[in-house]
Amino acid sequence: MAAEQKMTYETWPASPEKQTLEAKNKFLGFWFFLGGETVLFASLFATYLALKDKVPSSDMALAKDLFEIPLAFIMTMLLLTSSLTSVYAMYHMKNFNFKKMQLWLGITVLLGLGFLGLEIYEFNHYVHEFHHSFTSSAFGSAFYTLVGFHGAHVAFGLLWITTLMIRNSKRGLSLYNAPKFYVASLYWHFIDVVWVFIFTVVYLMGMVG
Amino acid sequence: MSTLAQKKGFGAVLWDYLTTVDHKKIAILYLIAGGFFFLLGGLEAMFIRIQLAVPNNDFVSAGLYNEILTMHGTTMIFLAAMPLIFAFMNAVMPLQIGARDVAFPFLNSLGFWLFFFGGVFLNLSWFLGGAPDAGWTSYASLSLASEGHGIDFYALGLQISGAGTLIGGINFLVTIINMRAPGMTYMRMPMFTWATFVTSALILFAFPALTVGLFLLVFDRMFGSNFFDPAMGGNTIIWEHFFWIFGHPEVYILILPAFGIFSEIFAIFSRKRLFGYSSMVFATVLIGFLGFMVWAHHMFTTGMGPIANAIFAVATMAIAVPTGIKIFNWLFTMWGGSITFTTPMLWAIAFIPSFVAGGVTGVMLASAAQDYQYHDTYFVVAHFHYVIVGGVVFALFAGAHLYWPKMFGTMLNEFLGKITFVLFFIGFHLTFFIQHFLGLWGMPRRIFTFLPGQGLDTANMVSTVGAFFMAIAVIILLINIVITSVKNEKVGNDPWGDGRTLEWAIPSPPPFYNFKQLPLVRGLDAYWLEKMEGKKGMSPAEPLGDIHMPNNSFIPFVISLGLFIAAFGAMYRAEHSWGIPVLIFGMLITLGSMFVRSVKDDHGYHIHKEDLEDSNDKGVKA
Repeated sequence: MAAEQKMTYETWPASPEKQTLEAKNKFLGFWFFLGGETVLFASLFATYLALKDKVPSSDMALAKDLFEIPLAFIMTMLLLTSSLTSVYAMYHMKNFNFKKMQLWLGITVLLGLGFLGLEIYEFNHYVHEFHHSFTSSAFGSAFYTLVGFHGAHVAFGLLWITTLMIRNSKRGLSLYNAPKFYVASLYWHFIDVVWVFIFTVVYLMGMVG
Repeated sequence: MSTLAQKKGFGAVLWDYLTTVDHKKIAILYLIAGGFFFLLGGLEAMFIRIQLAVPNNDFVSAGLYNEILTMHGTTMIFLAAMPLIFAFMNAVMPLQIGARDVAFPFLNSLGFWLFFFGGVFLNLSWFLGGAPDAGWTSYASLSLASEGHGIDFYALGLQISGAGTLIGGINFLVTIINMRAPGMTYMRMPMFTWATFVTSALILFAFPALTVGLFLLVFDRMFGSNFFDPAMGGNTIIWEHFFWIFGHPEVYILILPAFGIFSEIFAIFSRKRLFGYSSMVFATVLIGFLGFMVWAHHMFTTGMGPIANAIFAVATMAIAVPTGIKIFNWLFTMWGGSITFTTPMLWAIAFIPSFVAGGVTGVMLASAAQDYQYHDTYFVVAHFHYVIVGGVVFALFAGAHLYWPKMFGTMLNEFLGKITFVLFFIGFHLTFFIQHFLGLWGMPRRIFTFLPGQGLDTANMVSTVGAFFMAIAVIILLINIVITSVKNEKVGNDPWGDGRTLEWAIPSPPPFYNFKQLPLVRGLDAYWLEKMEGKKGMSPAEPLGDIHMPNNSFIPFVISLGLFIAAFGAMYRAEHSWGIPVLIFGMLITLGSMFVRSVKDDHGYHIHKEDLEDSNDKGVKA
């Protein structure tokens, strides 16, 4: 099936993200990319665990002083919900319902923006209330690097999904852009999974000292 | 677009190579760039050996020696050996599986330009205040103390070129999984393709660890973080772990493709099927797997404790088993074969004893208790040069001679090739064999000079003489390349006469779409199989049809250039006011060109059936 072909609801195949060779390659290649990203984040988690609470003087804030569950919980809920809405978007993509896909992608982006806003507030809060900064201690470096890398991934994902939505707003779905939407949503799930680990390792484990 | 070759001016050829997405042309780019860096790294090696030829030498200063030594290792591993291996993977692997290109032609080009700009950035350090000087391993306590920008060049340059390598790894994995010709099952894939497959998986899982390590180093040096600073709660050992979690798989990333090239050579020039094909596949996968379990054997003296040392020692020794399987399989492939001693075959035969010697010292070093004696002596230097030169560099020379006709359509001169081999082989053993003893006699590695009368004088001189033999051998190879290119005697599909795999079934060099019709693969050594049944070529697996091709693109070059510019901005940010604007400018170029790539549809184009029929007389049958 050619990627440029004009599609209708009737001709839309069951797995529109894997119809052409280019699409199949993109699909598989993206999974491999996520495999590499897993190693990247695993390395950052290892660094964080090695340097957690390693501060140069005893009056500096440690994990148990910094983290508050309510904020981390709201951020987690926002991001988990955004993963769900991106699933809805992909459901409508598979049903050739372009408008609803755009709508749910839009909601995903809004939720992601909310998450990012709270993260910026959180970092700002730590720096000004606790003098816990990127340069203040090895703990600070490791915390901001791990959580910041994730935040940068969220920001990149937002730019990516928004670009896709604007670029295709007048063109509708085709077998050329279906895999693009699909891998963007895969990416979004991945950063959601990483956040689940951050929530556990950084925030929950941080609470118990 | 016409399929006929046209005579083009220099500018057009240059533009063609700057924008190409054809795996065969990208292979040539890798070969040229990797070859250039190989000469550069070789020059640095010569400076090292000249400095160490006599005691108390002052050919270079101690500080400059550190820079030369660091750049020799870094250049040879990242900018010479890996790109040259990528050259052969690009040139041969898609042909071996019967594919028209790699899975992501655009990313293939991007990977090359990232590597290229990273390498150029790293080497510009020579002209901009001094090269990195903390060794190729760049241990954090050394590299944080290093003044100037040398280490920054190292960290940023490797970050850029490492991204290119990672992209290449993903590309090859997807190509092999998704784009094999009909009938090409996994267990019918040539060994070089298998090696490429496992190597790419290693790249995928090893390079992100280096990426993180380099990020932490950049943050510590340039942005005031404290990962490796014990005074601020940091831990310098973290770098060592990340470096070797990447660094040990890296040596298998280098050696597995070398094994693959030799597996092809032994089968071709013994005129026999590779002995124990399935055990070869098994051994390759097992080496790849075990390669991730052994990184801390580089850190036995760091103080990890006896339990960790014991575990890593045993895991390391275990790798000798699959490697041994391979050695015996190669020997049995030759056993009873009708061997022709061509240049590639000479390298392959010489590889076996040379590499085994390096393997034996490897098992010696794997014993943690003994390692306390060997650590940081010339014994280690001798060991890794035996495996990397005796394994990887031999394979690169062998591969260059074997695949030269497939890449350029003309054969390298066999006589000159054999002279290169003899000189290099003698020079290699002369240089490095004696270094085992230098190490056992107590000469530490990475020292810039030594005192007379300590029993090290003669051995060091012998080692230096050997290095000159290798240098002359490389010069003869260059002369060979020039002579061959000037003569340019065209050869047919199967210039060695005994080609077994699909790449030998199509013209040399292949047309840009490789296979007019995808070939039908009926077994291992697909082309050999057809030849033995008296057929001239492969049977096609599909009727003649339109071929979908990707468009050329200049964007990969621009994306890489943007990162190259941004790296300068990041580095000079602290002392120059133009640092930040340049950083932003570079990132805007990169992100902007990525954006253009994203929003511009690129459907490629089709070569029409009629055009393909026209060129029937050129012999481009599948």
